Amino acid sequence: MLKENATTIGTPVPRIDGPYKTTGTAKYASDHNFPGLLHAVPVCATIAKGKITGIDTAAAEAMRGVVKIYHYGNAPHLYRPIPRDARVDEARPAFEDENVYYSGQYVAVVVAETIEQARAAARAVKVSYAAEKPDNHLDLSDGLQEDALHEASKRGDVDAAFSTGAVKIDATYVTPVETHNPMELHASVATYDNGKFVLYETTQSIVNHRTAMAQMLGVPVENVQIIMKFLGSGFGGKLWVWQHSLLAASAARDLRRPVKLVTDRHSQFTNVGHRPRTQQRLRLAATVEGKLTCIQHDYSSETSILDNVGENCGESTPFLWSTPNLRVRSSMSHRNVGTPTAMRGPGAVPGLFALESAMDELAIRLKMDPVQLRLLNEPEKDESNGLPFSSRHMKECLTLGAEKFGWAKRNPVVGSMKKPDGTILGWGMAGASWGAGRMPTSANFAFRDDGSVRIGCATQDIGTGTYTVFSQMVHHITGISMGRIEVALGDTSLPPGPLSGGSRVTGSLFPAIQEAVNAATKQLLQIAVNGVHSPFKGAKVDELAFSEGRVYRKADSSASGVSFEEILRSANLRSAIGEGSSVASQQDPKAKGLSLHSFGAQFVEVEWDPGIARLRVSRVVTVIDGGQIINLKAATNQVEGAIVMGVGMGLLEETIYDQRYGHPVNANYADYLVPTHADCPPAIDVTFLDYPDKAMSEIGARGIGEIGLAGVAPAITAAVYHASGVRVRELPVRIEDLLQPITKNHRALFQP
Amino acid sequence: MIDFELTRVGTPDAAVQIAAATPTAQQGATVRFIAGGTNLIDYMKLDVETPQHLVDINRIPDLAKVEKQPDGSLKIGALVRNSDLAQAPEVLAEYPVLSQALLSGASAQLRNKATTSGNLLQRTRCPYFRDLAYAECNKRTPGSGCAAIGGYHRNHAILGVSDQCIATHASDMDVALMVLDAVIHVQGIKGNRTIPIGEFYKLPGTTPHIENALEPGDLITHVTLPALPETKQIYLKLRDRASYEFALASAAIVMQVQGGRLRHVRVAMGGVGTRPWRMPEAEHALEGQAPGEGVFRAAADAALKTARPHTDNAFKIPLAKLCMIRALTTVTNA
Ligand SMILES: Cc1cc2nc3c(=O)[nH]c(=O)nc-3n(C[C@H](O)[C@H](O)[C@H](O)COP(=O)(O)OP(=O)(O)OC[C@H]3O[C@@H](n4cnc5c(N)ncnc54)[C@H](O)[C@@H]3O)c2cc1C
Ligand code: SF4
Repeated sequence: MLKENATTIGTPVPRIDGPYKTTGTAKYASDHNFPGLLHAVPVCATIAKGKITGIDTAAAEAMRGVVKIYHYGNAPHLYRPIPRDARVDEARPAFEDENVYYSGQYVAVVVAETIEQARAAARAVKVSYAAEKPDNHLDLSDGLQEDALHEASKRGDVDAAFSTGAVKIDATYVTPVETHNPMELHASVATYDNGKFVLYETTQSIVNHRTAMAQMLGVPVENVQIIMKFLGSGFGGKLWVWQHSLLAASAARDLRRPVKLVTDRHSQFTNVGHRPRTQQRLRLAATVEGKLTCIQHDYSSETSILDNVGENCGESTPFLWSTPNLRVRSSMSHRNVGTPTAMRGPGAVPGLFALESAMDELAIRLKMDPVQLRLLNEPEKDESNGLPFSSRHMKECLTLGAEKFGWAKRNPVVGSMKKPDGTILGWGMAGASWGAGRMPTSANFAFRDDGSVRIGCATQDIGTGTYTVFSQMVHHITGISMGRIEVALGDTSLPPGPLSGGSRVTGSLFPAIQEAVNAATKQLLQIAVNGVHSPFKGAKVDELAFSEGRVYRKADSSASGVSFEEILRSANLRSAIGEGSSVASQQDPKAKGLSLHSFGAQFVEVEWDPGIARLRVSRVVTVIDGGQIINLKAATNQVEGAIVMGVGMGLLEETIYDQRYGHPVNANYADYLVPTHADCPPAIDVTFLDYPDKAMSEIGARGIGEIGLAGVAPAITAAVYHASGVRVRELPVRIEDLLQPITKNHRALFQP
Repeated sequence: MIDFELTRVGTPDAAVQIAAATPTAQQGATVRFIAGGTNLIDYMKLDVETPQHLVDINRIPDLAKVEKQPDGSLKIGALVRNSDLAQAPEVLAEYPVLSQALLSGASAQLRNKATTSGNLLQRTRCPYFRDLAYAECNKRTPGSGCAAIGGYHRNHAILGVSDQCIATHASDMDVALMVLDAVIHVQGIKGNRTIPIGEFYKLPGTTPHIENALEPGDLITHVTLPALPETKQIYLKLRDRASYEFALASAAIVMQVQGGRLRHVRVAMGGVGTRPWRMPEAEHALEGQAPGEGVFRAAADAALKTARPHTDNAFKIPLAKLCMIRALTTVTNA
């Protein structure tokens, strides 16, 4: 039995879901099978713009096992979601009309008895098109025209400040399309019975998924139940409903049989969102001493033809550094691509690549250390709205990171830090931030007569450790050992909980769990004083206390108490239950009037071998100010993973579209490069400052799922510059970029 | 996936007999042997390979052996897995360039499946060849055009290209086999024959769909590597990420340094040619010379003289030169 006040908060507790995953007993969406299950395989457009002129399904329909083929001519009606009520990034339901807006768009779906039959028949569906030339051009300058830009934040007079600035940077940065490639493919298994849908989905948000599916299927929300017990990662790509879910559910209803649709790897690049391309112009000015006088951040992000889903690149710009004059403006450029969506750290991550790269360039122009430049421009408050920060320790992130990294030994001269083997070290750094705040949530809690307790919430564990964090919180509040705590998530029949996005789940939960436990405890004590056979019969509720799973008289010690299961048994009750809820931070008086964010600093070392143009990230030191850490193991794992993803963003990831046809050309796991184990920096050092943010909750947790990725790419490009003298403003850093100075010095190398 | 017939054969004769029915052993073959399947199945899933008949050769005995021959040469069976070949004691001792090349390729899982003959015959990774959404691909559909030339071709070839096709030969193993003067042993309908690897691969020219010297029915039974005097060897592969990626440029080198002079120099490169690219110009520039940066650079310049880059892959010229110079520097110092 744990001691009074013992807690696992902040310690490295192993995942409670670990054994299920390692033994293969965790059931993912596509692992669900039912008698009579049918398989659906979509037919995807082979043009990126135009109209379907004919769909010939005769041959396919005659094939063995084929049950039905749906397309815009015969599909059951599907609706659009109610704007601002349910979130679906691609709002047009599949098969709405004969138009094709992007390569790979679903134009038909084959439903057959086996997956092989469905696949074979999908290939036999003949679709003819009137194709038009798609617009896929990469330059997003159209969005950066004065009349296209919308103001997102403004203070002072940037034009005046920039024109009179002593030291200036005016540069444009580009981030490419990045495609989420979680191991688990998007999938849906739909069952329909008696007017009710039970849908097994790959989603980061079961509650939104339910609302959206109900609206798009045109049924009352209570007729839809979403189940998602395990997710093989999402990275934002599984936040919102994508069309395959609708195809499966609609077919299940029409055919009155369960339908499974598992998308293929190619579809990850076309039908289920991606981080859009961005083009960002940064104008900074500073005094010769390095005090920022202005920041102007104009950006456009690519989006699809029909939707307006962009990257909020200016997320951190208004408050990250102190400057009297600031303007952030945004816009979107429509292209023939699938609808983009959130990817880990949406907005801030590409935005910080531009802002922090510009800061690095400014430091160089000022002949100033980049850490010093940031320390010098530390704001006292959130200058975008005048609010104090709830808890900001950016200076400590910078100084502690510098110390751990050994930054003081950095020689700022480009290419100066040579190793004996001839390779050159490059050291770079960047600041990071990511928003914080609670989302509304509710939870229920039960003490049970078998000695176990259960916490329930319609949120989900997307592979980040939410099951474990719930268990730790309940343990922290009740003292009941984690082995006796059942955590029920991933089912919309539970009380509504938050989506797993924006690093908000952990921070949102605590108050609701606490309230639910308190309510259940109150009921338990009532039972204790009222039960005919209760040892506390006749006592007053306020004479009793509860801790470590035992009810006792306040006058006595807890050890003298009676376990909750005995109390329940004495009254022949299965459980004592309670519900709790908490509001969003915006509605919380404790958080109102404060600016809530996480902060961090990234320090990166690259090894540059100019003899063969080989560049690798060799070392990363990260310091995160993310509030109170609940589970050190899960948190460290999140940030380490984010750093590796940052290496991908910096050096490898880019979805390439053929400019003439609009098809992605590297839409597979071999050609779309993500870091392999061999690319992971050999040394990753993650530190959490662990200052509780009381504006979040009593426990002070903020959430660390995304902050680890923020700032990694600009720290890498800063290090690349320090090593090689090449400033890469368009990600990813490519061998072509790095070869430039080498070939400039040795012109002959470039000639055949 | 299209329907196909699968026959498991137990002898080379049976394999050849069935395969003789295909009108061509090149693009469009209606009968294909299946070895590891890592390449063939991939392209069948993409509908790029559409054989109606698959002949599984994995049960033919004796094709998975690595054996030293009385004449000192090494006989490598067609079905020796890439991972086994990379660790074969004879290869590690005498042909380390082959082991290094194999281990730099693909992933451990793929190498466990991939075979000698399958690797020799792997198809290009040209994305336009792989995707039926593009009508133009002379290799897939002769006369249809080449989508890569006006499209995205960062990893396409700069040597041996034609106006009809610029697809890179993707293998690492075959680059090493080039410098080892491997001989390919084939059993066909007319009996057995041998093809030196230098004559095995065809340039695309006006017939990019014809990639090698195989005729209908031809089964590769094994490869032999002639005995080598003691040499220094290296395989160096450059690419964007550290593992699991095809080469942007790679170099295989075999040489001796005798009395301060380079002898028996063999140079080939991968990732740059439409076939594994032996570089006689570089060998000529190096043979008999004292090693040094100037000589290496001259060899690299000579080797890339005929390079014909397009917009996205021009960087392969300097990269290939750096690759060769580093490989030469490293191997002479070894
Ligand atoms: C993701 C990925 C990454 C890769 N990366 C690399 C890399 O970095 N470097 C590299 O070199 N390779 C790489 N490869 C290619 C890999 O090496 C080949 O797929 C493999 O070598 C093929 O061997 P296999 O035995 O599986 O061939 P199969 O797929 O069985 O056959 C390939 C072809 O050879 C024919 N064939 C097979 N055996 C015979 C025979 N005995 N006689 C006549 N014809 C025969 C088949 O009919 C077929 O046409 C990669 C492959 C993949 C899928
Ligand atoms: S390069 Fe060759 S394989 Fe690629 S599209 Fe052109 S013809 Fe086809």
